[in-house]
Amino acid sequence: MASTSETHAGVGEGPRRRDFIHIATVSFAGVGAASVVIPLVSQMAPSADVLALSSSEVDISAIQPGQAIKTTWRKQPVFVRNLTPEEIAAADKVSAADLRDVQTLAERTKPGKENWLITLGVCTHLGCVPLGAAEGEAKGDFGGYFCPCHGSHYDTAGRIRKGPAPTNLVVPPYEFTSDTVVMIG
Amino acid sequence: MSFPWAQQYQPSNPLMQWLDERLPFPRLVYNAVGAGYPVPRNLNYFWNFGVLAGAALAVQIITGIVLAMHYTPHVNSAFGSVEHIMRDVNYGWFIRYAHMNGASMFFIVVYLHIFRGLYYGSYKAPREMVWLLGVVIFLLMMATAFMGYVLPWGQMSFWGAQVITGFFSAIPLVGEPLRQWLLGGFVPDNAALNRFLPVHYLRPFVIAGVIILHIWALHIPGSNNPTGISVKTESDTVPFHPYYTAKDAVGLGVFLLVFSSLIFFSPNLLGHPDNYIPANPLSTPAHIVPEWYFLPFYAILKAFTFNFLWIDAKLWGVIAMFGSIALLFFLPWLDRSPVRSTNYRPLYRIFFWVLVADVFLLGVCGMMPAEQPWVLLSQLGAIYYFAHFLVILPIVSRIERPLPMPNSITEAVLAGKGGTGPTSSALATPATA
Repeated sequence: MASTSETHAGVGEGPRRRDFIHIATVSFAGVGAASVVIPLVSQMAPSADVLALSSSEVDISAIQPGQAIKTTWRKQPVFVRNLTPEEIAAADKVSAADLRDVQTLAERTKPGKENWLITLGVCTHLGCVPLGAAEGEAKGDFGGYFCPCHGSHYDTAGRIRKGPAPTNLVVPPYEFTSDTVVMIG
Repeated sequence: MSFPWAQQYQPSNPLMQWLDERLPFPRLVYNAVGAGYPVPRNLNYFWNFGVLAGAALAVQIITGIVLAMHYTPHVNSAFGSVEHIMRDVNYGWFIRYAHMNGASMFFIVVYLHIFRGLYYGSYKAPREMVWLLGVVIFLLMMATAFMGYVLPWGQMSFWGAQVITGFFSAIPLVGEPLRQWLLGGFVPDNAALNRFLPVHYLRPFVIAGVIILHIWALHIPGSNNPTGISVKTESDTVPFHPYYTAKDAVGLGVFLLVFSSLIFFSPNLLGHPDNYIPANPLSTPAHIVPEWYFLPFYAILKAFTFNFLWIDAKLWGVIAMFGSIALLFFLPWLDRSPVRSTNYRPLYRIFFWVLVADVFLLGVCGMMPAEQPWVLLSQLGAIYYFAHFLVILPIVSRIERPLPMPNSITEAVLAGKGGTGPTSSALATPATA
């Protein structure tokens, strides 16, 4: 068998021994080069110390109805808002099915804690911090938050109602560790 | 690579002869930007801006290398190190103001350079590759300028980084992971700032490389000229040196005059006061706008405030903004008219000036808050921008009847019409033989 293929070497019938060596060499070099790309690409991803800042504890006892605070989680702003009964009523009155990003207030809060609206303070358009958390800031046309950068209006449940943002303000993962302490993350 | 009558490099100095036989670098320079490059004799001052863009890049590289010697790319000290440059480093204020305003000067001359190319049809055959490489340079400049603006880590730096990297999050599925990968975190932070410095430092050298390709591609057909007529005989050209080196030197003097008056009399005219406030990730400035040179594109981004055709407003805005620049890559094939110079295109000339006005309108809209009437105006402006390239230009170039053209550059020059600048009047007298 070997002798037959050797006699045909260079005649151009089927793959030659040298073709096999070429393909094997180039493939091996290609795999080697590609494997070097992995660390070079992966080093750009969030590093271990950045990922380690994954949860924050917040004391919410001092927040009166109608007030909100700004805190941080993964270095991003978080709004913790104590909704008034009127704000809850305003959010529930809206037919959720007509919204751009369909969600009810109940789906955005914890059962029995419907007055606590906890969202990222990051506009889902291009990431500005919306106004409306601090006293006296513009709350937009729907009484929730207003992003001044490109004009997105959010309602009292932090849902997008008008402007370029595609989705509602993100509700981060959180749980109540007691009645007055929230663990975000 | 050149016309047959181009002057030959003949070094008389024995040292230069010795060098020419071993490494013909002086020959390369002589043929590229010396007496060995024949150029149409009728170029007007709009042909200064290529050289001026090169000068602006040189200023940015030199001042940038110096600034990097004093700057610290860390979130805790970046802002302070910029103030250290401004207050403590000898002439640091001058070098930083030169770099800051140098970026604006670079964009001013490049926009005029693009204007020249558009008006005189320099993007048309056989110079398509020159144009394509130019658009690549423009994109690289925008990325470089953005990253440079982030480095001082002021409020505008931070929120600019947040918004611009936010463009990537508009991409379906992979967008948000891609953004986190680019930033090395969930928000712009130390990882992002630290990596922006080496990339910002590297890019100008990449730009310089693409400029070499741009000039190389230009030298195959040679320079265009205000009549748009191809060079036919030796009498149509003069050697680049000394004729255009001298003419460019005049332009360089004016450029430096404007540049110096910015640096010394109003160094912060084109900047934003908010960038002298250290970055605060918890508070967005009430009114964020990009640097002036991005405003028309920013207006196109902001024009999309509603979802349609199953694509959300955010993705539409980002697609339209990048599309408005990507469209320029197709320009040589969208404009079917064989006539290069707009001076001989009475119908296209009207639409050309409307486009210029539209870009200015978009610039104003980009600066204004996202309120009416500016949202509506930017929507109309964006529609017109795309309509110009995709609808008006192909139709006009099909139906237009161009004005009579001279037979050669020499003939145009002798008739006194050779170097005609851009005219806005549709009644401009045609160049007659």
